[in-house]
Formats: sequence, structure tokens, C-alpha cells
Amino acid sequence: MEFDVKKVRADFPILKQLIYNKPLVYFDNAATTQKPLSVIESISEYYKTINSNIHRGVHHLSILATNQYEETREITQKFINAKNKSEIIFTRGTTESINLIANTFAKRFINKNDEVVISTMEHHSNIVPWQMVCEEREAKLKVIPINESGEIIFEEFEKLLNEKTKIVAITHISNVLGTINPIKKIIEKAHSYNIPVLIDGAQSSAHMKVDVQELDCDFFCFSGHKMYGPTGIGVLYGKEKILDELPPYQGGGDMIDKVTFEKTTYNRIPLKFEAGTQNIADAIGLKAAIEYINKTGINNIFEYEDEILKYATGKMMEIEGMKIYGTAKNKTSVISFLIGNIKPDDAGEIIDKFGIAVRTGHHCAQPLMDWYKIPGTVRASFAFYNTKEEIDMLVRAIERVKVMFL
Amino acid sequence: MTKSIKEIQDEIIEEFSKYADWSDIENDNNKYFHLIELGRALPPIDASVKNDKNIIDGCQSKVWLTAKVENGKIIYFADSNTEITKGIISLLIRVFSNQTPDDIINANMDFLKNMGLENHLSPTRANGLIIMIKQMKLYALASKAKLSNKKV
Repeated sequence: MEFDVKKVRADFPILKQLIYNKPLVYFDNAATTQKPLSVIESISEYYKTINSNIHRGVHHLSILATNQYEETREITQKFINAKNKSEIIFTRGTTESINLIANTFAKRFINKNDEVVISTMEHHSNIVPWQMVCEEREAKLKVIPINESGEIIFEEFEKLLNEKTKIVAITHISNVLGTINPIKKIIEKAHSYNIPVLIDGAQSSAHMKVDVQELDCDFFCFSGHKMYGPTGIGVLYGKEKILDELPPYQGGGDMIDKVTFEKTTYNRIPLKFEAGTQNIADAIGLKAAIEYINKTGINNIFEYEDEILKYATGKMMEIEGMKIYGTAKNKTSVISFLIGNIKPDDAGEIIDKFGIAVRTGHHCAQPLMDWYKIPGTVRASFAFYNTKEEIDMLVRAIERVKVMFL
Repeated sequence: MTKSIKEIQDEIIEEFSKYADWSDIENDNNKYFHLIELGRALPPIDASVKNDKNIIDGCQSKVWLTAKVENGKIIYFADSNTEITKGIISLLIRVFSNQTPDDIINANMDFLKNMGLENHLSPTRANGLIIMIKQMKLYALASKAKLSNKKV
């Protein structure tokens, strides 16, 4: 199928907007992506026609809503090629997925002096939950170093693994550097020590094909809103065997098998981890988002975004004083940069006046900023609805920033 | 006779009205240019004052603020590591410096809205602005208490 960016753009109503009388250029896709009309309409359609609570209802609407919610699970399963539908757990997002695993996994498997391995380029969401459980269990957090290009030093990673290592938690793609980590290799290595691996897939699920069986990861976490779906819905994939071994995360309705005041027995996965009324509407929105990605073709998306990244990198490197953070050989559509000694906040404010949305600051990765010894960067992150003309506009804005501050 | 806070605010509004709108960014007569210029013209503060004690918590950019009291009036000194924030600080110093604690405490700060600045700031910067004003007013409040203690 031929990829047509004009056609794609027509599906995203927000992109037609003018900001300060200029066409919106949305380059903050690593923070959240925009939503196609089909996603927006699926949510209002749900509330207009089938809104009701799921799973135990006997009435017609409840059956319709349950079916759609469970269809989302099925389409998500296929999307990442999970073996079983029950391995797909709905959460509020990547952060909650990681917290769920950090907490339940620690209770069951992490003890005093054990070790958890993460990397230098993690988002706070894949640092803080582990730090919290390490503190609680008196375990240690070990950090894989990176090189100047923003790539993991694999030999150093190997050295960190030992019999005390209980889990490796690492991002698939860095939200700051765009680095695509060699997770298949990492997983293989960790598994050779029988160590399970959690992958933070927040930045990858919308941009490249993910096959959890091929990767053989034990957990894979991602967010709906970073893949053209609604906020407030996310996914935790876990291998059935290990999910069965973990204790429940939250107690409440739906996650139980039988409750008496003396003892409660728990439901099977996935419902064991889905306590209380779930975010039904946004799950259905996620279904529409995955359908949209499937229709467009994830490989088409990857190829087009790669073309945009290469174009943008080339154009930006022509700007004098430009320094790009994250120059990994294997990288995706994120460019973090600084221009001379111009502060990111100053640059961002001027770039905004061109109608261009970029992000400035530490991008929830303060340890990574510390590693580079910078307080923050300006980050432009692209999606498949962005165009080369928009990149040209960003270059023009950066040139303007230079005129104003240098 | 020093100008009143209100007079200085009106003067700033008038001054900025001569420049092109904040969002008319490719215009060389843009308001941002003037704001940055004002920031650059701010007298440098002593390096020894740029310590953690004088940093205003809650601003995304680094902002250092000190002040002294002279003849019942407060004189502020401030600096920032970002240019736009420094420009904003220069406006606040112009408005508040050499005024009495009472006038500072009671000052209405709508002029920032009236000159269109507030609407153009990022949420973190707008929040930082509120904190800066609060800190300057707090200083005035503390100075007022000190001054009245002396009288007793």
C-alpha cells in the first residue's frame, strides 16, 4: 500500500487548526500523539449507544460493551502478537503498567540485597517505581551505562548480571535520544541467567512492529495516548506463566473469584489485575487506534518516519551551532538538541510562536540530562502525519531563535 | 519624586505598545526583542549572591533574588539564567524597586495581562512569574514588619 501523508493528515481534525494564525506544526509526539477522527468518534459512539458496565451484566447493553472491551483485548493481542488473550491487561498507561509489575514482582521475587537492572536513558516512570520497591525490599538498583551517542554499552550490561539480579527493566526506545535499544539481544542475555525482562514500550508501539513472542520479553508496557489512542488507557503484556505467579495489585470488584469475610480467592488473569470498573470507553478508543495503525501499516509508518527523521537530521545539522543529543546508529523519530548556549526554554518559547509544538526541559529523564551535564534540551518528535515542509518551518524557527538570542 | 507603581506600569504598557505583537515573531520590531533587550540591560548582580539561598523555588528557569531597604524603600536585585525570564525580571524590578513596602504589597499586577505578556508565557513560566511576584511581595511584607518593629 502506498503511504499518502495528505490522506493521513485529513484524518486528524486537530491538524487543521491555526496557532497564532499559522498552521499547527505538531512535533511533540513523544509526549502524546494526536487522534484520528475514528478514535474520537468511537468514544462518543460508545457513550451515545452502548454505555454500561462490563462483565457481569446480563442486559443487552452490558453484553455489547463487554464484547467491544474484550475485542480490544483481542486486537491488542494480535497487534503485539501475544500468545494468549489473557496476557493482555488494561491499565491507565505505561506508568501504571510498570508500577503494577514493580510492586507485585517485588513482593514475590525481590528480597534483601537482590538487584534490579535499568539503564541510564530510562524515563522517570521506569526508574522511580523500581527505586521505591528497592528501598522497601532493601535491594539495589544497577544502571547500565551508555556511550556518547546514547547507546547502551552491551559489555557493561553483561557485567551487571549475576545471581542477585532479579529483573531487567529497560526502555525499547529512548524518549529523549530516540535510540532503539537492542532489546532482543538484551533479553537473550538476561534469559541465559534466567532473569526476566520488562520492556518500556511507550515510545515504540506506535512507530515500529512489536512482536512479543519473537522478542521473548516477559513484560511489555505501553500507552494508548502515544499511539493515536485516548489518554487513560494503557497495556501491560506479561507471559501467562509469570503473571499467574504474581499476587494481585489492587483489590476490588472484578478481580475476585469468591469473597467471604474470612478469605478471598482471586480471579484468573487478566481480570486478577483489573480491579474495579475499567476505562471502557478509552479501551474502545484504543481499539480504533490500533485499527487505524493496522490500516495504515506499521511498516509504512516506520519507513515514512525514518525518512522524516533523516531529512530533519540533515537539515538541522546544517544549522551552525546545532548539537543533537542522541546519534545512535539505530534510532527513531526523536531529535533532542541545543543551539549554542541558548537555553531550551528561551528557544521553545520562540519556536512556539511559529505555531510549532516542541518540548523543552528534562523530558522526565533527569539522570540522563545529568549524564550529558545539561539541564535540558529542546525536543522535536515526529509522527507519520508530519511533513518535510513542517521540518523546513522548524529550521526557519530555529534560525529565528538564533537571531534573537545570539 | 519617584513615580508610583501604577505610573510605571502604564509607562511600560505604553512603551511595549510601540512594538509588534508577541506572536508576530518574524517581525524585527517584535515585543520579545524589546523584552530581551531590557533583560540584557539589567545591572549584573554580585556572583556571591547567586547561591542556593537566593534561588526562587518553583521557577523552571533559575532565578536569584535579593533586596535591601533604603530610607524605607525596597531595592531589588535579581538575575536569571534564561533571557526571557531575565527580561520579565527587569520589568518587575522596574515596577517594585524604590517603592515602599505598603505600595508593593498592595500593587495590582494586571499590567502583565494588559500588555499581553501573560497569555504568551508557557504554563511553567507563567507559574514562575506568579512565584516571583509573590516572593517580592513577601520580602516587602517582611521588611514592613522589621521597619515597624524599629519604630516601636
